[in-house]
Amino acid sequence: MTVEILKEKYRNTVGEVVLGATREQGGTRSHTITVGGEGALPFLHFEGSIPNRPVLALEIWDLAPAEWGPLFEKYYGDVWSDPGAWASKCVDQYGADLIQLRLKGADPDTKGAAVEECIAAVKKVLEAVGVPLIVVGCGKPEIDNALYAPIAEAAAGEKLLIGVAELESYKAVTSACMANQHNLIAQSPIDINICKQLNILIAEMSTAMANRIIIDPTIAALGYGIEYSYSIMERARNGALQGDKMLAMPMIGNVGIEAWRTKEANQPEADEPAWGEQEERGILWEATTAMAYLQSGIDIMVLRHPETLKVIKATIDDLMQDNSY
Amino acid sequence: MIIIGERINGMFKDIARAIKDRDPVPVQEWARKQEHNGAHYLDINVGPSSPDAVGAMTWLIEVTQEASKLPLCLDSTKYDAIEAGLKICRRPAMINSVPAEKAKMERVFSMAAEYGAEVICLAMNEEGIPKNADVRIALAAELVVVADGFGISPEMLYIDPLVLPCNVAQDHGIEVLRTLREIKLISDPAPKTVVGLSNISQGTKNRALINRTFAVMAMANGLDAGIVDADDDELMEAIASARIILNLDIYCDSYVDVFMQRNR
Repeated sequence: MTVEILKEKYRNTVGEVVLGATREQGGTRSHTITVGGEGALPFLHFEGSIPNRPVLALEIWDLAPAEWGPLFEKYYGDVWSDPGAWASKCVDQYGADLIQLRLKGADPDTKGAAVEECIAAVKKVLEAVGVPLIVVGCGKPEIDNALYAPIAEAAAGEKLLIGVAELESYKAVTSACMANQHNLIAQSPIDINICKQLNILIAEMSTAMANRIIIDPTIAALGYGIEYSYSIMERARNGALQGDKMLAMPMIGNVGIEAWRTKEANQPEADEPAWGEQEERGILWEATTAMAYLQSGIDIMVLRHPETLKVIKATIDDLMQDNSY
Repeated sequence: MIIIGERINGMFKDIARAIKDRDPVPVQEWARKQEHNGAHYLDINVGPSSPDAVGAMTWLIEVTQEASKLPLCLDSTKYDAIEAGLKICRRPAMINSVPAEKAKMERVFSMAAEYGAEVICLAMNEEGIPKNADVRIALAAELVVVADGFGISPEMLYIDPLVLPCNVAQDHGIEVLRTLREIKLISDPAPKTVVGLSNISQGTKNRALINRTFAVMAMANGLDAGIVDADDDELMEAIASARIILNLDIYCDSYVDVFMQRNR
């Protein structure tokens, strides 16, 4: 007698979002990246289709990130005053699938860069690399809201992923993306209800935008609430697969920033001899955080350390091996 | 809750007139309206006074399918009319309904197997509607077993425990609710459940209030589907809220709009 293996049936799939556009498609990217499309929980190839692998971005800034410290200086110090050269190194040497440019320089507390300078940084990166590009503001809505429209316009056709839209501040960035056919990061503060509500509000502004949203549920690093954000993402993905269209979008997480903020990644070995060598410890902290989120259904992870990227890429290779039967 | 829109029924005067004059306008208006209001299926019933049930049924199905893509629930005691309807349905349909009577079960389940149709099964037999939950559940089990003999999975069945008006048969309400809960225990996978919601309020003065109160109580007891007035906004809002409380949908501030727009 043959035993029938019970498989979960899912009613819906996660939407697919295409990042970047080639010359024929009106952009200048060498290739596009498609994320999302999952028809089952992460890597359960035997229950449904996982058509696109999760992708890994490295983050660069439009100014030298003084607070990253000497540990990162040896990897990025020679290029980090030039976003174009920095992006090239991340792609050519470290193998990043895509680049996230954070316009930290626009923050008046750093150098208060003008809109033109921000546009120039975006253009530099677009010229330097062929991979699709994520562009996020400095994190202050009053500054960022003035940046979105000119940047979206200057990069029209490139199908950037622009962020971030938040519940209290989503109209400017949504309009900018709408008008120039870019994709949009919708960020909620580890809160599934706000996550869904924000997606609804964006979809109300434009039904076309509903298919170009990437959810940023806000993630925490290992030891700092990872189980909380993980459970929110798990709930969102389960909802998506059960037919909740307002949660059926791919997800992004800023793993690098969160992991390298922790004491465990930053404390020098001299201060905590029992914790072992700092760099290895930091990479482990970032990689362990990333591995947990792979299992939450994340589609794009933004990392910081090149070694983490290497380890996680190999992990994704393994997880994408077909295990259907 | 799966919403089966009740409005295309010859018991309503506008539909009876439409059938008589072969005027598609009122039928198609109701098809569109119910779909817009969140119905998942459209019930099609030619009503008691139609002399040619087969002709009326096929005509109703044809004009409804021109206006809506929703699957249909073919509602008749005349099985020839249902069979004629199944032949022209563009999507797998639902048969409404069959009681636990041998000859009728054989006729309906063989049709259902042939056309891949779901079936609404009535928890009653020649002796009428049972007075308590135990007999209703026993009849439900009989329906599941006979359907299984035709290769029909319990998941294709919607057991209707039969709702009686609360003003004349007040003792039945609690029995119906218990039946809804316990039907889920008779097989694995379990059959689904359905009620004709408006029956609960026949002849009362607070029909809409009684309907929506019963709807959420039945949902809390595991009800899967209801034949309802999808045009009743307050009912649909109550169902949307019950879905949140039962953790069937993820809450957000616009949950009512999301539920109402699901099929728009």
